[in-house]
Amino acid sequence: MSKDKEPLFSAKNRKVLLGPLGPNNPVTVQILGICSALAVTAKLEPALVMALSVTVVTSCANLIISLLRKTIPERIRIIVQLVVIATLVILVDQILKAYAYDVSRQLSVFVGLIITNCIIMGRLEAFAMGSKPWPAFLDGIGNGLGYGLILVILGFFRELLGNGTLLDFQVIPDSWYMANGGFYSNNSLMLLPPMALIGVGIIIWVVNSRKVKKG
Amino acid sequence: MKPIRNFLDKIKPNFEPGGKFSWLHSTFDGFETFLYVPNTVTKKGSHIRDAADSKRLMFMVVVALVPALLFGMFNVGLQHWRAIGEITVSSPYSISLIWDCFWYGFLKVLPLILISYIVGLGIEFIFTQLRGHEINEGYLVSGMLIPLIMPVDVPLWMVAVAVAFAVIIGKEVFGGTGMNIFNPALLARAFIFFAYTPYISGDTIWIAGMSKGEAIDSFSGATPLGDITSALADGASTVTWSNGTNLWDWIIGTIPGSIGETSVIAILLGAALLIFTNVASWRIMLASVLGACGMGIIFNLIGSNVAMQIPFWQHLIFGGFLFGTVFMATDPVTSAQTTPGKWIYGAIIGIMTVLIRMVNPGYPEGMMLSILFMNAMAPLVDHYVVAANIRRRNKRLSLTTAK
Repeated sequence: MSKDKEPLFSAKNRKVLLGPLGPNNPVTVQILGICSALAVTAKLEPALVMALSVTVVTSCANLIISLLRKTIPERIRIIVQLVVIATLVILVDQILKAYAYDVSRQLSVFVGLIITNCIIMGRLEAFAMGSKPWPAFLDGIGNGLGYGLILVILGFFRELLGNGTLLDFQVIPDSWYMANGGFYSNNSLMLLPPMALIGVGIIIWVVNSRKVKKG
Repeated sequence: MKPIRNFLDKIKPNFEPGGKFSWLHSTFDGFETFLYVPNTVTKKGSHIRDAADSKRLMFMVVVALVPALLFGMFNVGLQHWRAIGEITVSSPYSISLIWDCFWYGFLKVLPLILISYIVGLGIEFIFTQLRGHEINEGYLVSGMLIPLIMPVDVPLWMVAVAVAFAVIIGKEVFGGTGMNIFNPALLARAFIFFAYTPYISGDTIWIAGMSKGEAIDSFSGATPLGDITSALADGASTVTWSNGTNLWDWIIGTIPGSIGETSVIAILLGAALLIFTNVASWRIMLASVLGACGMGIIFNLIGSNVAMQIPFWQHLIFGGFLFGTVFMATDPVTSAQTTPGKWIYGAIIGIMTVLIRMVNPGYPEGMMLSILFMNAMAPLVDHYVVAANIRRRNKRLSLTTAK
């Protein structure tokens, strides 16, 4: 045992953790989890909470499934995975309701719909079922954060350009607005779901063209 | 002309591969082929030779737009002077009045045109240069269409943002000129429509200065379609026309509206040129008119509210219907390509325009949305037309070969 013991943050584990943030991002490269990225990113705060929730669920689900991976019968593994995910999602939902009721109301069904987020099932199937608990846990955190990164970028621009605020704090000066004699106006298209789709598209475009340049 | 040619020939080597400015090759090439018919010849195979290339075709559309543009400038001034009470509807059109109106409108419209071209062509040049393509003057037409479908008082920076959005997301993402799914000019208008709704809809933005409160109290800047919507909202038994109470006003176009869309006569002049030179498809135009008439007649027969009682032919002269039909629905890139497809495509545009105007109270005008919708559907229409053709021929084949 002691021979194949590796340090907690070995090069391999670091790659597992950080890969999803850049070269192997679940949203921009694997095109997973798009639906919730459109729904919860009209403002920055729900996007942040959603990112955090998904990170918690993926990492814990990955850890639990990885611990159970030898005992889960092959034929019913999907159901077992679903039970684990559903339990975690309900936990997250209840905690949000208890401690962050406003945000929980804004996110409404989308917390419950984390269950159907393809990233989580994908990571369980592709990684946790065949890995040790610690790398699986790191992989969950990495993918949750990679997903969250896109959410936060989208939420940042949509709230800033669509509402002129960030985390409900007025960023663009009031005197700029045309109603107050200025020249500026909020872009209400930013708050509509199509703009989130276009936003994801633009991020993927930027990521891909950088990749092409690198070779 | 000779000195320009000589000058171009002199600086040309700089832009050839290996020259000082070879990285600007596309830009130089764009200007050169814009000024002169390129001297490239077909090397092999036999082809029909024609002096018309895409640049000349595009230019024909711009020429066709000139009557609508000039009248639009005149009308901007006319509506402005009327709104501030300088002249009345019954003032006689003297030469000096016409000139004053035109000059005022010219100064109002020119910045819109400049912004549209500078931003649009700038982005276009940057992208073609980065990709090493040849510059197509696809934007020549869009750049002229965009000011013509804007209300005159729209803030310039909004136009700039909309143009950037339309050219990058609507065109360059799909691969540039000729690859776009949606008409870029309409996309720019749709962008402003959804992003900055108050600045492109309502009753005050169609007349220069009115949104800043310069108009006299009794003046209403509502367009005919705006009148219909408000009559519908008030539950009135007849529509009260705020501007242009007789048919002649509507046809000449001395009514508020987007800059280029008001004059039926000016647009028909452009349409005649486009059809005569074979640049735009008369089938699409005719189908669209027939579709709108058909839908209008159906609504006339139902006639259950004041909007549905509007005589069907008035839909053809109100709002942007005619302008959209002639200049935007016929865009060869985004319209259907097959002949039966063109009939279907045009007809559905006409039908949907009247349908949106009558049924959806949120959108007094339906032309923009129906053209964009059919732009997205055009490949599907073509697909089924081609599939039907294959099926028909297969059937014929099995009939003739059967024993």
